[in-house]
Amino acid sequence: MTLLTNLISGLSLGSVYAIIALGYTMVYGISKMLNFAHGDVIMIGGYMSFIMTMYIGMNGWLAMLVAMVVCTLLGIMIERLAYRPLRGTGSLAVLITAIGVSYFLQNIALLIWGANPKMFTSLFKGMKPIHAAGGQLTITPESIFTILANVVIMILLTLFVSKTKAGKAMRAVSEDNGAAQLMGINVNQSISLTFAIGSGLAAVAGVLMLSTYPVLMPTTGAMPGIKAFTAAVFGGIGSIPGAMIGGLILGIIEIFSRAYISTELSDAIVFACLIIVLLVKPTGLLGKKISEKV
Amino acid sequence: MAERILKNISSRGLKNALKGNDYRKEATISYAILIVGFILLQAGAATGLIGHNLQGQFVPICVYCSLAVSLNLVVGISGELSLGHAGFMAVGAFSGILVSRIIGPSLAFEPAVVLISMLFGALMAAAAGFVIGIPILGLRGDYLAIVTLAFGEIIRNLMNVLYFGLDNGRLRFAFNHSIEGIENADRIITGAIGATGTKTMATFTWGLLLCLFTVFVVLNIKNSKQGRAIMSIRDNRIAGESIGLDVRKYKLMAFVVSAALAGMAGCLFGLNYSTLVPVKFNFNTSVLILVFVVLGGVGNIWGGIIAAALLTVLPEAFRQFADYRMLTYAVVLILVMICTYNPTLKARITGIWSKIKPFKKQSESKGKGKNKKGRKGAA
Repeated sequence: MTLLTNLISGLSLGSVYAIIALGYTMVYGISKMLNFAHGDVIMIGGYMSFIMTMYIGMNGWLAMLVAMVVCTLLGIMIERLAYRPLRGTGSLAVLITAIGVSYFLQNIALLIWGANPKMFTSLFKGMKPIHAAGGQLTITPESIFTILANVVIMILLTLFVSKTKAGKAMRAVSEDNGAAQLMGINVNQSISLTFAIGSGLAAVAGVLMLSTYPVLMPTTGAMPGIKAFTAAVFGGIGSIPGAMIGGLILGIIEIFSRAYISTELSDAIVFACLIIVLLVKPTGLLGKKISEKV
Repeated sequence: MAERILKNISSRGLKNALKGNDYRKEATISYAILIVGFILLQAGAATGLIGHNLQGQFVPICVYCSLAVSLNLVVGISGELSLGHAGFMAVGAFSGILVSRIIGPSLAFEPAVVLISMLFGALMAAAAGFVIGIPILGLRGDYLAIVTLAFGEIIRNLMNVLYFGLDNGRLRFAFNHSIEGIENADRIITGAIGATGTKTMATFTWGLLLCLFTVFVVLNIKNSKQGRAIMSIRDNRIAGESIGLDVRKYKLMAFVVSAALAGMAGCLFGLNYSTLVPVKFNFNTSVLILVFVVLGGVGNIWGGIIAAALLTVLPEAFRQFADYRMLTYAVVLILVMICTYNPTLKARITGIWSKIKPFKKQSESKGKGKNKKGRKGAA
């Protein structure tokens, strides 16, 4: 039974990683950049939601919506001000700028909200956990809703990318930037939209994550950000189903190694698995193999 | 013959071939900066112009300068993004501290202890670089970056559970503090608490020697047959392969040498503090070193030295504005990146610059060409 409990909490953590990894993978797909500030957008989303519930007394769900709107705007703004001027100048310059943005968000949060950790109230506070198998198996509402949210987001996003005009435009831009422009697609708009979706999802991921792991600090987003980035690479960066599979596998590995091997070494095991996967498949589980032409 | 083709496919190699004095110029500037900086800081400390806080930063400044130079070997010369330089630093630091504690009591001559520790740290870091370098050979671009990041995190995590102790002159180690035999031992490294009771043997002179050695190694590699091979692979891998260059060998070489130099620097860093926690070597430190390299100009050895020194000193000097210090740092970092890399802004800035300095127009255009190539290497 502990195995099943661990599996469920692994899936729940993995779902959070998957939702964050979506932001990484979509942004990477469309603009070929590693957006290291993505983890800190999660943190900002968490703080927004925290403030709305604690100081304004908003309903948790409404607060999450506000956090989503704020993060969406933040994502668009970051892209417009910091990344767009550097488009097409090589990955290193954009990477350092993303790190600058990450420092900026962390220190803004530090200035406004201080370094003291805040305790986040769960979004599902009133709900009771489900007991199954004669009380041996306990499933928290947090786990259920996180896994559900992940499934719903995946389905909606896949539909959006494959069926709608804006989604198809996004795919076209990530396939070939220049050709898409020649076909009359507004590249800037497509990239803005990608950042908006990714950042909005980051807010959802932040609220879901903080519902299970409630400590909120300016550095809260950093480690989940790196892990989700790992998840995106694990599944093959640029691929949406890859992000989901990578996130889930990573979450399960992390919880299982925490439970059965060592708490302190769980991160090391996660990263070691990544290296092994890349050794076998250099572009991740579902990544496309790019052949080079002379 | 192969050497000549090599020079032709590497744009920078071609330039080197046409103008043999390029290497000498870069070397002279680099060594001059290090020695003049050393003399100025020593003079400042002797006359009391430089306070105690800043004097405490002398060794870290040297260590970061050296790290910026050794990372440049991977990022600038080999053209691969590495996000785990702090991991090699950690390997060097903790293995070096270990050696210094073991041989320290029996060896009275302190410089010898430092030297042996640093060499051992470099050796261990090189071994780590070799192990991590093998999976890297098959990977490209951003995948390589994430593996180095993962490696840095693994090292830091392992340090958190590693225990080393001396028990009547015998070295004992464990992955768990409760294991028998370690509890009575004189502890050297205690998991997440890190190394404690280290005798601080690092001096500013050692720092200078470290920097000089690092610059010497990196510049000589850059100007050797192997260095030109590495750079030609960076500029055009397929062309390099087609004339029979062993891409794996050269990439691994750059990576291992860079790791060894980082281990050496890490060891000196470790010997500078009586206690050293593994958290010091996290992802942020790796990023910090990368920022030095990029702000100094990718591939530019002395630029990295200046950037490392300034960015270590300035945050320390503005400590009284603690709250806004890091915020300003972030904003300045973003602005500098945009101003130096955005094509339109860059053209405008160079335009203004050439108006201010009308006599130097010719050398200005030369500088512009250099930048362009540096960027190509980074991409």
